[in-house]
Amino acid sequence: MTPLLQVKSLTKRYGPRIGCADVSFDLYPGEVMGIVGESGSGKSTLLGCLAGHMSPDEGQVIFDTATGPRDTLRMTEPERRMLSRTDWAYVHQNPRDGLRMGVSAGGNVGERLMAVGNRHYGRIRETATDWLGRVEIAADRIDDRPSAFSGGMQQRLQIARNLVTGPRLVFMDEPTGGLDVSVQARLLDLLRGLVREMGLSAIIVTHDLAVVRLLADRLMVMKSGHVIEAGLTDQVLDDPQHGYTQLLVSSVLQV
Amino acid sequence: MEDYNFAYLDEQTKRMIRRALMKAVAIPGYQVPFASREMPMPYGWGTGGVQVTAACLTPEDQLKVIDQGADDTTNAVSIRKFFQRTAGVAVTEATAEATVIQTRHRIPETPLTEGQILVYQVPIPEPLRFLEPREVETRRMHALEDYGLMHVKLYEDIAKHGEIATSYAYPVKVEGRYVMDPSPIPKFDNPKLGGNAALQLFGAGREQRIYALPPYTQVVSLDFEDHPFVASKADHPCALCGATDSYLDEVIVDDEGGRMFVCSDTDYCTGRQQAWTEDAA
Ligand SMILES: [Zn+2]
Repeated sequence: MTPLLQVKSLTKRYGPRIGCADVSFDLYPGEVMGIVGESGSGKSTLLGCLAGHMSPDEGQVIFDTATGPRDTLRMTEPERRMLSRTDWAYVHQNPRDGLRMGVSAGGNVGERLMAVGNRHYGRIRETATDWLGRVEIAADRIDDRPSAFSGGMQQRLQIARNLVTGPRLVFMDEPTGGLDVSVQARLLDLLRGLVREMGLSAIIVTHDLAVVRLLADRLMVMKSGHVIEAGLTDQVLDDPQHGYTQLLVSSVLQV
Repeated sequence: MEDYNFAYLDEQTKRMIRRALMKAVAIPGYQVPFASREMPMPYGWGTGGVQVTAACLTPEDQLKVIDQGADDTTNAVSIRKFFQRTAGVAVTEATAEATVIQTRHRIPETPLTEGQILVYQVPIPEPLRFLEPREVETRRMHALEDYGLMHVKLYEDIAKHGEIATSYAYPVKVEGRYVMDPSPIPKFDNPKLGGNAALQLFGAGREQRIYALPPYTQVVSLDFEDHPFVASKADHPCALCGATDSYLDEVIVDDEGGRMFVCSDTDYCTGRQQAWTEDAA
């Protein structure tokens, strides 16, 4: 099977400082990769480089496009934008960064559909209604603006807005960050259901090991810009090899 | 005013504006930045249109200026006077006789012909501004033809009002490429934008943008399959000339709240009334 994403020797420096260094991994269709580490570990830099929000200094990010594997770092800006509104999706930590706050919930969900050429209002609205239901937002909220929603609802709306076009790869940056614990649990359940149901491939960056335990098939642990441990999630969390990973895992156990 | 150069602007400024106009004509619907000059009138008075007109005028031109279709409003009268004094050009109210027509909010009813120039005064040139306030981002969206947002605006309209309620400045796509704001003309006028024999120039003074539709450009009003574009107008004939094919203004005629619908294009309406009287005679 061709990997959906092949990352090769990805390096990003900020002047003399290392953002992330020599990161390589393959992601297969239907797989969820978790990237964990403390703040400053390079996990957000890595996600930014993978998703095309930052330009790395070295390396390749090869995506299996409809016309075969392509290095997305060498794509033109229009090609990359097209990718980011069709095959790719990006869920921001802060829903305000991923939503249009001045546009109704239905318009937010419908935007990607319209961006790829859907021109039938009735069908766009029908799909938006369906997706609101899938993320547990009542259909009668479809014309409300996200500013009238709670933080948890905003995050669920952002997820619906991203998944509506059936992307093949979803990037998530701390998708449960900034939410109350009870709200987090509900969102995680919802995400797990969607990932399984849609067979989604995803890369999730988080500092929260509970998130990766629940969602990720595989795990990479980052420290000072380097991947220091990688493997199946349960393996890494139950039997961490690296001292730093052991520390991370034990600190979670203490909570 | 004799101290001024022909049509007020100095030759260097006019050349700069003409260069922007050439670029705008070469890329229909694309907003070309230009260094807008201070004009001896406030921005709301159409300084963008005035500068474009000044750059186009020749001493042989016949100028017509309309505001909401009328030649006799304060705005139209002062701009017309301005060019009479600074350029000494002949002025006219007859659409067919004019070589350059500066307009705010209307396209004349009388079909324009080859060789005529229609100059629009534009307050906000950016059709995406309503939903995306960042200039850098809207420019990128134009460059990448990333126009999903434009339909989001129409979607919101239908969600809120049950139909596309946008009735002025209705967005269009030019030659299948750039999405353009036609300035606040009623959507009734949108069909006249496309395939027009005249050269159409758009000037936004405060926002420093020029754009253009060369003659016979393809212009399509955005819509949905199940909510198609309709060039609507008040469902009445004109109370003065009986026209059923012209855009109408509702005017209050007495203190009792009496109303009637009349052509907004005064030249068109007067012309039809005169033809009537002549027929009768
Ligand atoms: Zn009339």
